Amino acid sequence: MSLVIRAHDLGKQYRIGTRERYGSLRDSVAKVLARPLFTRSSRASIEHGTIWALKHASFEVRDGEILGIIGRNGSGKSTLLKILSRITSPTTGCVDIAGRVGSLLEVGTGFHPELTGRENVIVNGAILGMKRQEIDRKFDEIVAFAGVESFIDTPVKHYSSGMQMRLAFAVAAHLQPNILLVDEVLAVGDAEFQRRCLSKMRDVSVEGRTVILVSHQMNQIRRLCESVMWLDGGEIRHVGPVGETIRRYEHAIAATGEAPGASTNFRRWDLADGGHTVTSLNRPVTIRAHVRLSEPVVGGHYGVTVYNSRDAVVAGWAFEPVALDAGSHILQITIPELPVQPGSYQVGFALFTGGNNLTGGHLVDKWTGVPPLTLDVPPLGHAQDIWAGVLNVPATFTMHSDSRTPELQPLI
Amino acid sequence: MTPVAISAEPFQHKSGLPVRRIEPPHALVPLDLSELWEHRELLYFLLWREVKVRYKQTALGVVWALIQPFFTMVVFTVVFSRFGRVPSDGLPYPVFAFSALLPWQLFAFALTESSNSVVANQRLITKVYFPRLIIPLAAVLVGLADFSVGFGLLVALMAYYGTMPGAAVLTLPIWTLLAVATASAVGLWLSALNVRYRDVRYTVPFLVQLWMFATPVAYPLSVVPESWRPLYALNPMVGVIEGFRWALLGNGPAPGLAVAISAAVVLAILVSGLFYFRRTELTFADVV
Repeated sequence: MSLVIRAHDLGKQYRIGTRERYGSLRDSVAKVLARPLFTRSSRASIEHGTIWALKHASFEVRDGEILGIIGRNGSGKSTLLKILSRITSPTTGCVDIAGRVGSLLEVGTGFHPELTGRENVIVNGAILGMKRQEIDRKFDEIVAFAGVESFIDTPVKHYSSGMQMRLAFAVAAHLQPNILLVDEVLAVGDAEFQRRCLSKMRDVSVEGRTVILVSHQMNQIRRLCESVMWLDGGEIRHVGPVGETIRRYEHAIAATGEAPGASTNFRRWDLADGGHTVTSLNRPVTIRAHVRLSEPVVGGHYGVTVYNSRDAVVAGWAFEPVALDAGSHILQITIPELPVQPGSYQVGFALFTGGNNLTGGHLVDKWTGVPPLTLDVPPLGHAQDIWAGVLNVPATFTMHSDSRTPELQPLI
Repeated sequence: MTPVAISAEPFQHKSGLPVRRIEPPHALVPLDLSELWEHRELLYFLLWREVKVRYKQTALGVVWALIQPFFTMVVFTVVFSRFGRVPSDGLPYPVFAFSALLPWQLFAFALTESSNSVVANQRLITKVYFPRLIIPLAAVLVGLADFSVGFGLLVALMAYYGTMPGAAVLTLPIWTLLAVATASAVGLWLSALNVRYRDVRYTVPFLVQLWMFATPVAYPLSVVPESWRPLYALNPMVGVIEGFRWALLGNGPAPGLAVAISAAVVLAILVSGLFYFRRTELTFADVV
């Protein structure tokens, strides 16, 4: 395994509010005039209004590795990808990178609504760094992957947003750089399509290419990555095997009691015993969401959805009416039992004001609970996962010839 | 995590892939035109995209490329020639004006578009890496599409007035190139400045308007007092317009001095603009 990326003490400093304050010439002139002549702004004062988005990042990545990057919002994940893809330059340190780098920080960059699907594939491919021949060669495959064959000569402004997204993804999924940088883009799109993109990306690394993937979805990281880097406040907190790193990360989050990039209203969730693990069968399961509201919710509704690791909805409920004052509340649902396979489940929470579960209403907030719900229960179905299915329910088995009354034989 | 020791040299990749080092920018950023050349396909596709969408969903389509110079010429003819009695070096005034309006509008369009190009493409800049020079270059070159359409009208106009070009017409590409170079040179400066100072957006239309009056578009160079000419020629568009008129209408001697000064001025602005652009492009994604 050869080295493909080696970073040494990478750092990126931003002036706070730079983005908003591109300013006008007048401001700059005023600033120069306000400053006494011949005194250059001292280092300390530069430090003052700045923030280190990334600091002291040193790490190595090897051929064929799929490295996941996790961390809260603002922990420096995107900044690191932007440095590696040369969109922005570091303030300190350096990084050596071997071969061609392709980055997918946004889906459909450069898509033009007036152009047809075909034209957009070509332009978008070129923007992402594909050569003309490469695009020509893969064109049919891309279109088939997106499933938009019959609309390929229609301007994309007539596409549904899902179709646009699929086409854009299809182009990106066919990128074949030595190193592919992916930022959170898989958070959109339907589950089935996401799964295809993931497996397409996995193919990329099977061919000896390297993938660096930023994601908030721990399930995605678990399924795709061998090693994970955890960034916190711009610094690397841990790099290591996927299981261990995610465990540390989730512990740290549980300790602070708030979710990463916690939604404004959903602070945390737990089960009736305060944990996140169901350990016994045939027992009621109580899921509690701790919310803090700045505005009251009137005539609203509340939804809870449980997803399995393939992002399929296993169960979902909606409750109405919901009337809550501003302040902290616990929203609690109880299910007589949750007879699903052992493993890890995402719990989605959504709170709406107005409307009901048929008409929609106005979304107050939604959140995918962190950490995930764990079912640590004995498996009752087939021993092989692929035949065990979604439900975890016991079955009885009998054998009888047509005349005799059978004896019941429980499987377990 | 494993601490990694810094080394002066990038590591060697096993199968010999080139290893690039990314580090904080030095004071003088090299132009790296070879990288620009490697991305020529992207330049081509961005150009193609702009040309494709330029007249989409317009009723008149590409006719717009004719309407603008044509009606400007009509207005100029009425105002300057009829009312103002502006001389035209013995040529029919409409041909005289149009032969200058065509390169002028190429320049004005290219300058305006390129000045706004980086800001207009901020989504691209913050999401994908490619040599940023491609953006203002593509914006400038798009102008050539309208220019070629307008050129057809010029040919028709010359045929109508019976003005035949001489051998000098072969030098036309040089003048066109000089117009494009002038627009690129100024466009590079303005597009980079525009990222930090949005004042540029409001300055450009005004600048273009004033600039036209400082250029012999509506009037001949001959009305400019002799003593002012060297100063006047510092405006690189003087050389461009004079070159165009000379190549197409062939009156008078070749505009040697004006062109030499123009070319020198353009070269100076272009080279400094390239370096300035390369220096500031590193912060485009952070500031735009």
